[in-house]
Amino acid sequence: MLHKAGSGHTGGSLSAVELLIALFWGKIRQDPKNPHWSERDKFVLSKGHAAPVLYAILAHLGYFPKEELFHLRELGARLQGHPDCKFTPGIEVPTGSLGQGLSMANGMAIAARLDNLSTRVYVLLGDGEVQEGQIWEAAMSAAHYKIDNLCAILDNNGLQIDGWVKDVMQIEPLAAKWKAFGWAVIEIDGHDFKQIFEALDKAEKIKERPTIIIAHTIKGKGVSFFENQAKYHGVAPNTEELEMALKELEQ
Amino acid sequence: MKKASVREAYGKTLVELGEKNKDIVVLDADLSGSTKTQMFAQKFPERFFNMGISEQDMMGTAAGLAAAGKIPFASTFAIFATGRAWEQIRQSIAYAGLNVKIVASHGGITVGDDGGSHQALEDVALMRILPNMTVIVPADAIEMAQIIRVITNYYGPVYVRGSRLSFPVIYENKNYSFKIGKGDVVREGDELTIIAMGLMVHHALAAASLLALEGVETRVINMSTIKPIDEGIIIESAQKTGLIVTVEEHSIVGGLGSAVCEVVSETYPVPVKRMGIKDRFGISGKPEKLLSYFKLTPQDIAQEAKKLLNNKPRLLRAAN
Repeated sequence: MLHKAGSGHTGGSLSAVELLIALFWGKIRQDPKNPHWSERDKFVLSKGHAAPVLYAILAHLGYFPKEELFHLRELGARLQGHPDCKFTPGIEVPTGSLGQGLSMANGMAIAARLDNLSTRVYVLLGDGEVQEGQIWEAAMSAAHYKIDNLCAILDNNGLQIDGWVKDVMQIEPLAAKWKAFGWAVIEIDGHDFKQIFEALDKAEKIKERPTIIIAHTIKGKGVSFFENQAKYHGVAPNTEELEMALKELEQ
Repeated sequence: MKKASVREAYGKTLVELGEKNKDIVVLDADLSGSTKTQMFAQKFPERFFNMGISEQDMMGTAAGLAAAGKIPFASTFAIFATGRAWEQIRQSIAYAGLNVKIVASHGGITVGDDGGSHQALEDVALMRILPNMTVIVPADAIEMAQIIRVITNYYGPVYVRGSRLSFPVIYENKNYSFKIGKGDVVREGDELTIIAMGLMVHHALAAASLLALEGVETRVINMSTIKPIDEGIIIESAQKTGLIVTVEEHSIVGGLGSAVCEVVSETYPVPVKRMGIKDRFGISGKPEKLLSYFKLTPQDIAQEAKKLLNNKPRLLRAAN
């Protein structure tokens, strides 16, 4: 998909594969045939550049034909470079400019509470993304309004465009920060399905405060030469790289 | 002349609408006493969300509420709403055309003493360039109440610019109903047109009275919707009077004056004089003194109009 498009965010999509598979097949109640079902659970891809992994999942769930995946980023295609609810069924709100998804997720969670719905709202954050100030404004709001139907998942892959997060702008101690902001914090290996499911189950039972699952992941996971390489943040694989990657994934 | 608070009109109308429409929710960023959303907060605490001093999060939360079917009104001072949270309004609200109503107070220089940091002179320009966004500036408290009712029943993002100052009442006992995208002729005349927004509509009317003393008949238009702008009434005025003065308590760059020039230059070119703040920041002072300092009194407007009228033959030759 990314190879065909010739651009896009490879690394940050691969680090979130297991997280999103667990979420969409194991937790999120929704109906691809009726994307606006009022009692559905909602998902916000705050790290909007990981759109390719979300699109792949939505296509497999039946929101749109899989064939469309090969027209990612093309003029006239429904799959925009970053998630856009105007075009793509299954997308709740537009993202792409980092730092904004958590506020929108808060708003949707509050609306569900006002409407007495059992809707849960999930939001995937990037680790570099939490350098944005708005994330911390929203973190404060979620705790202040005791938004417990909200679960944030932080894809802690350690890399951002310019290099290691710790070198670009240190965000640690992450768990302590979120705890200090009034959140329940669960730390897991973000590539281990058992741990992911346990964390999602646990988050559902935490009341009176929001929960964040800090998922330790590897950028570019699954393809040895993508792994932990900042250069694959925003670059699509070329033909040779694609063949090597697919061969590795098949093994 | 009777004055009434535009902010109070907003607060009261919100309460009135909130009684009937349970989807209305209100957000503020620690200025609910000034913006008057406090009136709604007291009546419907479960539907009021004070977000603290965090305008960006407020706009994002409002977007999420709108995406889930609510009708959020988000309020704070005009500069913080449109300046601090501009990109949130762009990405989270306007980009998807979400149904968020941003109703700001404290637009323009009549914020007064607080000074340039608090005087939004760019807000209309900042909102006008966003696709999907509707931009409205009420001329008085009566129109503000009508605007709030109308936008509640309109789906899409809207920016309404209110003011700190109480405005002279223009629409009392008048058969007027606000419509999005419609300018209103508040005085007829055929020698020149003054197009104004907000408090400047009253000043334009006063200027027209001064001009009438000298035998000049001036058409005055309240252009309460800056976007989508009423092209018809602008073209009609250009054809009828051949000269236009725009007056706004806003930068002359990007606001009402620019919007009028865009229409005139592409359809029926006539000379336009833009009155407003001339590409500079505001300063502290009492509102009345600032209006004199920035040359936005009725006398200033009448004087500019006369200058334009004296040059009319030359300007029209140049235009043609």
